[in-house]
Amino acid sequence: MRRTFMLAACAVVLAGCSDVGEPPQYGSDPNLPEPRRGLLPDMRIALPAQWGDELPTVPAGFTIHPIATDLAVPRQILVLPNGDILVAEGSGGGAPSLRPKDVIANHIKALGKTDKKGGNRLTLLRDAEGDGTYEMRGIFADGLNAPYGLALVNGVLYVANQDALVRFDYQDGQTEASGPPVKVTDLPSAINHHWTKALTASADGRFLYVGIGSNSNITERGLDAELDRAMVWQVDAQSGAHKPYATGLRNPTALAIQPDTGQLWAVVNERDEIGPDLVPDYLTSVREGGFYGWPYSYWGQTVDVRAQPQKPDLVATALTPDYSLGSHVAALGLAFSSPVMGPQWADGVFVGEHGSWNRTPPSGYKVVFVRVQGGKPAGEPIDFATGFLTEDGNARGRPVGVAVDPRGALIVADDLANTIWRITRDGSVAPAG
Amino acid sequence: MFTEVTPAYVRLIHPIHAMFLAFPLALFVAALLSDIAYFNTFHVQWSNFSSWLIAGGLVGNGFALLWALVDLIRFRRSGIALPLAYVAALLASFVLGFINALVHAKDAWAVMPTGLYLSIAVALLGLVGAWIGYSGYRSVEER
Repeated sequence: MRRTFMLAACAVVLAGCSDVGEPPQYGSDPNLPEPRRGLLPDMRIALPAQWGDELPTVPAGFTIHPIATDLAVPRQILVLPNGDILVAEGSGGGAPSLRPKDVIANHIKALGKTDKKGGNRLTLLRDAEGDGTYEMRGIFADGLNAPYGLALVNGVLYVANQDALVRFDYQDGQTEASGPPVKVTDLPSAINHHWTKALTASADGRFLYVGIGSNSNITERGLDAELDRAMVWQVDAQSGAHKPYATGLRNPTALAIQPDTGQLWAVVNERDEIGPDLVPDYLTSVREGGFYGWPYSYWGQTVDVRAQPQKPDLVATALTPDYSLGSHVAALGLAFSSPVMGPQWADGVFVGEHGSWNRTPPSGYKVVFVRVQGGKPAGEPIDFATGFLTEDGNARGRPVGVAVDPRGALIVADDLANTIWRITRDGSVAPAG
Repeated sequence: MFTEVTPAYVRLIHPIHAMFLAFPLALFVAALLSDIAYFNTFHVQWSNFSSWLIAGGLVGNGFALLWALVDLIRFRRSGIALPLAYVAALLASFVLGFINALVHAKDAWAVMPTGLYLSIAVALLGLVGAWIGYSGYRSVEER
């Protein structure tokens, strides 16, 4: 079969050039090896596998179960004030292949994804009895364009489609949008190599923050394609006016506001094809006006010679991110924890890691917890949900968005198993407020 | 007096073979020019052009190589040197051209400067192969 053949061919060619990864690179000062790349890029696709009777592994004191299955590519989730869960389902992108390489690489990458078409909708899940079973499921809004980021503030639900930020009025208990979405502002959508638009709102609801990924790995679609890309926009919720809030963030795939400080945080996916241990994906607080390197440099001011012509003056201003999550883990979800998760898990963030496609051994494919102390991430990431990768290297699931349910649970979207997982703290399933 | 009868036109290689041979000649040279343009301008579209030109050159080169190998087996009574040189040139341009295609699959400036050097070598090999091929590499009396 063609599939098997292609993967086998990759495996044979790569076996010689890909060594076992170096010690994991976590924290504020990760080891950055010399860039290197063989004749072929490292591709190691985890083929989809079934869960069967098995479940992801979670820490003692927690129980995991699926609360919705057979969704249409669930990405980000939002827990509404009444306990309902909104799920954004969609698949965007479709950047044209510019080179023979794109045609081949896209085909190989697609092997590790679901066959399902993105739903382009928001699904609402309700647990009316408060027993942890979400017996009601309906479509809150349909006909969206690859919705991804979700935010609710001041009675308004904001949805970041791949091409526009839209809003719906929302009242507690609503199960269906009362009307069509109203556009707040267009978002950069030409090409959309990285199509996901992450979203979060300031606590007062005045500003929205939109994460916009680059239009290439490392400028191989030309610098013209990178206008308004690889940055976080601050959008005025009233007028829709925007300004770049921080730049040089290659693919900011999830944003969150730190509850006490109001500080904006992001997880960012860094560049590929310079080795299994470059470049670390990261978690960072985002400084207003800050430049984080892409495309000219990474992890602060380490120059990437693939981006030419270079801009040394700009590189000299590049900020170093707070915390390395490890290379190629593909962090796509970010949520601040709260005391409802128990004292051990109260102070920090949960990060959903979609998992690598270009690293041997694979990295990511789990949900981790990173402690935050004194406003900074600290220590090693702690596994919170694992087992998405089978022992023979196939993937049963790929975590995307994560959200904390104030009743004492972490909700995880899985866009390969097309499932929403609920990881409930034992003894905490209290009736919905 | 003897009158030597010679045909008015001598067919050196089959027209279809000649068409295949035209691809590496033209496209590998074009890829080199387009690489030079990328090297000088940083405009990545030139690098994309090179990628496709190299891929196209490889297709023609591959078929010309197959044809040359078949000829090598079919007409091997005398004068093995030139046919062998022809096959060798085509094989070399194919192998180096393939490596060049992989190098051109790297992103942005990662192609440079290796891609440019390889394109120079591959264009030269393409010229050599075309020179031998179009000169006629197997003796006419064997036909």
